[in-house]
Amino acid sequence: MSSADIIALSAAEAAHQIATGALSANDLFEAYRARAQADDLNCFTWLASAGGETGAGAAEDLRERPLAGVPLAVKDLFCTAGIPSQSGSKILAGYEPPYTATAVARLQTAGAPLLGKTNQDEFAMGSSNENSAFGPVLNPWDRERVPGGSSGGSAAAVAAGLAPWALGTDTGGSIRQPAALCGIVGLKPTYGAVSRYGMIAFASSLDQAGPLTRDVTDAALLLKHMVGRDPRDATSLRLPTEIELPGREDLKGVRLGVPAELTGGSGEGDAGGRGADGREAGIEPGVLDAFRAALGLAADLGAEIVETVSLPHAPHALSAYYVLAPAEASSNLARFDGVRYGLRAREGATESDLLEMYERTRHDGFGPEVKRRIMLGTYALSAGYYDAYYGRAQRVRTRIAEDFAGAFAEVDFIVTPTAPTVAFELGSKTDDPLAMYMNDYCTVPMSLAGIPAISIPCGLSDGLPIGLQLAGPAFSENELLDAAYALESALGFDGSLARA
Amino acid sequence: MSELEPVIGLEIHVQLKTRTKMFCGCELSFGEPPNTRTCPVCLGLPGALPVANAQAIHLGLVIGLALGSTLAPRSVFHRKNYFYPDLPKGYQISQYDEPLCGGGSLGEVRIHRVHLEEDAAKLTHVGESGRIHGSHESVVDFNRGGTPLAEIVTEPDLRSAEQASEWLKLLRTTLRQLGVSDVNMEEGSLRCDANISLRPTGSQELGTKTELKNMNSFRFIERGIDAEIARQERILNDGGQVEQETLHYDPNSGAITSLRSKEEAHDYRYFPEPDLVPVRIDEQMLARAQGALVELPAARAERFERELGLSADSARMLAFRAEFGGFFEAALSAQVDVASQVLANWVTVELAGRLGDGVDPTGAHVTPRAIAELAGMVSAKQISVGAARQVLDKLIAEGGDPAEIVQAEGLQSLGDPDELADIVAAALAANPDAATRVREGNAKAIGPIVGHVMRETKGRADGGEVTRLVHEQLGV
Amino acid sequence: MIDREQVLHVARLARLRLDEEEIEPLARELSAILDHVAHIGELDLDGVAPTSHVVEIEDALRADEPHECLPRAVALAQAPAVSPDGKGFAVPSPQA
Ligand SMILES: [Mg+2]
Ligand SMILES: [Zn+2]
Repeated sequence: MSSADIIALSAAEAAHQIATGALSANDLFEAYRARAQADDLNCFTWLASAGGETGAGAAEDLRERPLAGVPLAVKDLFCTAGIPSQSGSKILAGYEPPYTATAVARLQTAGAPLLGKTNQDEFAMGSSNENSAFGPVLNPWDRERVPGGSSGGSAAAVAAGLAPWALGTDTGGSIRQPAALCGIVGLKPTYGAVSRYGMIAFASSLDQAGPLTRDVTDAALLLKHMVGRDPRDATSLRLPTEIELPGREDLKGVRLGVPAELTGGSGEGDAGGRGADGREAGIEPGVLDAFRAALGLAADLGAEIVETVSLPHAPHALSAYYVLAPAEASSNLARFDGVRYGLRAREGATESDLLEMYERTRHDGFGPEVKRRIMLGTYALSAGYYDAYYGRAQRVRTRIAEDFAGAFAEVDFIVTPTAPTVAFELGSKTDDPLAMYMNDYCTVPMSLAGIPAISIPCGLSDGLPIGLQLAGPAFSENELLDAAYALESALGFDGSLARA
Repeated sequence: MSELEPVIGLEIHVQLKTRTKMFCGCELSFGEPPNTRTCPVCLGLPGALPVANAQAIHLGLVIGLALGSTLAPRSVFHRKNYFYPDLPKGYQISQYDEPLCGGGSLGEVRIHRVHLEEDAAKLTHVGESGRIHGSHESVVDFNRGGTPLAEIVTEPDLRSAEQASEWLKLLRTTLRQLGVSDVNMEEGSLRCDANISLRPTGSQELGTKTELKNMNSFRFIERGIDAEIARQERILNDGGQVEQETLHYDPNSGAITSLRSKEEAHDYRYFPEPDLVPVRIDEQMLARAQGALVELPAARAERFERELGLSADSARMLAFRAEFGGFFEAALSAQVDVASQVLANWVTVELAGRLGDGVDPTGAHVTPRAIAELAGMVSAKQISVGAARQVLDKLIAEGGDPAEIVQAEGLQSLGDPDELADIVAAALAANPDAATRVREGNAKAIGPIVGHVMRETKGRADGGEVTRLVHEQLGV
Repeated sequence: MIDREQVLHVARLARLRLDEEEIEPLARELSAILDHVAHIGELDLDGVAPTSHVVEIEDALRADEPHECLPRAVALAQAPAVSPDGKGFAVPSPQA
């Protein structure tokens, strides 16, 4: 099989070829390693060496295992024993943990060797991958544009064919939004479905690991081997049913809810969803067109499109999120203090002054967005402000979960555009944090509610991919994957352009 | 100027006797080499997550039950955020507004709450001799970090340093009997902070309090609290105001110093620990905690008073010095015909007084049955109190059977009243001056006469009977 | 709505040194974000319980059973500074 033929295979296809003996796991690994080594998108922060340790064992043994040796790219923030795990931050530059994250270890055991670690926004804070201490990642569809974030390296690597599939994390949209901007599939599972043990935390009550893949089948296959209760993560749980590979071809009897709040007012003349202050979520016409076209296809497949469903508190989700996530982050990032690992500022610091060591280390080690969120979160939790910010945000969260529960009494899934825009130009939003935060407008409500959501490519606008988001009730992963699969087949999106 | 009254509340941290730490599976450390009892969780490595130790929660419930607290069916861990090198995550996992247990009391002191948290690591300050590169360094050993702690907070019900120290001893005995902790102050498994304020006697309002940290022996607790009371008294008497602050008592110099400067006034930014889910106490956990409860001193004292009619003093002594309580109950079970209070007196006064402080009667030669029989013989007037004391001395020194000792030493009471009357008559004849003075109304003069009788009878005579006979023969 | 003093106070709580030129932009950006976020103050949330966790999880406790600890060399491997005897993490003294 030529290298081009190998790269053209989806991960599931490649696994099948290895199992049948038509392809060797080693050839597959080397084909991807060669491409990843030639990466000019800055997707990787670490790459396996030829014949190096991949954590999955010898290639000969892999054939028997469910993932058959299909190599995996892993977001930098997953701890991998003896391999740099830096979460995109200078404060962890060169940090090699003594243990491997549960999700990664499970996939390695299932037969997915580690291909490389992927670039990301620092501590997963960002929607463009411009906040990485290791430089921005470029979008393979247009190198002047961002791949989205924070799992930008994982998304771009899969889209560009530098990895067959990848692991990302999603706190407010960090899997779904880069998947949308790179024209691939990204799934955020139900909160707790995948262990967080070994994931360098951003916001603990929201962080969730998930697959970034070329298609829905690959997403299901990777998810199947990641999920499960982990005794080392008290917030992890066992899914009530095993993850199955999808096979559904129609959407007969499926009710798809289109909430006006997240889809631009459903033809009432409003060009975009409105924020709580009337600020437009800014869903681009091109995005809306592709979204509406996809809904048409869904109807053709037998789906019932329900435009009356409402998520009244969804416009407040972003506000609640930008209180809760920074608050948790400000605490999660307190451990980076220059004592046990990572950077310790020395230059200019009087070595005898503890306070100065702390303050300089964190000054030197954190980038601007991380500092901004630490400040925001510290403020929101500080004396006198807790009730107004953190306490209220938690109550908004309750309302949002109730909104979804109400909606799912009427419909099977909620559908929205994944991101309000296509991939934007590098540097175009870096000076306006709020504008950057608006990227998460459609994805954050699901994160707050802890429910599963998947983004699939649903077309192009000006040659750039657009994502459609499907969200279901907690534990509905199988149904969600089935519906996404049916829609994906009908949409027939071709991502091969980005791999050229 | 009105009198000032101290108002004292205690915050006690108790290391729980689990095998492993509060949130990870590292075994608790007892002097292992530094940093050999750690893992990603208790080192606060990136990505590591806490999982609460079920046994620590169980022990917390046992403490709560013992103190009569209300056990919360649902309690929540919070993060207490502050930076310090002995705190690896930059926050301590503790409990805040939804603790494991609330309310209760022990003795005369009400309990405010009991909650669970993790201990800090050990930070050693390298002194002048250990200066590195001309600068001061400290060294962190994470072995202790993450050890489970129960924090017990009292209401401000204590009024003196001595009372505080006594009450703390009661708490220590209670916790030791429960088996939840080693409660050793020197080793740090029991640590005590005190909140101290003064107010005009009779006032119901609370003055500004200071927090006196980590006094590591009962002696220092008393001295520290007394020193702080004196310091506040001086301030208030000079017309000044006490500042709310955290203080450190240096037992060597007796000095009290402020621990934290004001600009760092703590803002712990508590919020619910998102890595943990609320602790729910189900019936199984409750039943297990109830099953682990033993009878506690306060309850035992109350039972001794109620069921046996013991005086408050006796009951308290027997309950709070559990080794004597056990001895007493064993003596009771010998079924000798003697009043409980009489038997209690023999144990708490005669026996405890002879054994001296800190001696456990359980290992002594004298058995509970022997004490019971001895007390029974006194009650039956078979021997006099004086004779019984001689028997007790012998029992403590050598052990043995009291009846046999009485026989061998010829200590039995004089059974024949005529015999005693003769001895009394002889005593009067031998002490004519004393006899005259007794006749003239000087009661004290009887001493030499009784002494004479006791010498003659080797103490077997009943003192009351001798006095009666003297008076009868002298016609007074 | 957030002034320079508040920025410096929060930065101190967070142990973040700020360069002089970072302070004013941070005050401005934080104010803008908080202005936006403040709209949740307009919602009627009386009687609404706060949500910390979206999914109820049972059996989240751990049995009191020991696991293996890290060898000291591994625990100290990434430390920026180790004590001269090689046994502990060295830090500037808080008492200095
Ligand atoms: Mg405490
Ligand atoms: Zn540990």
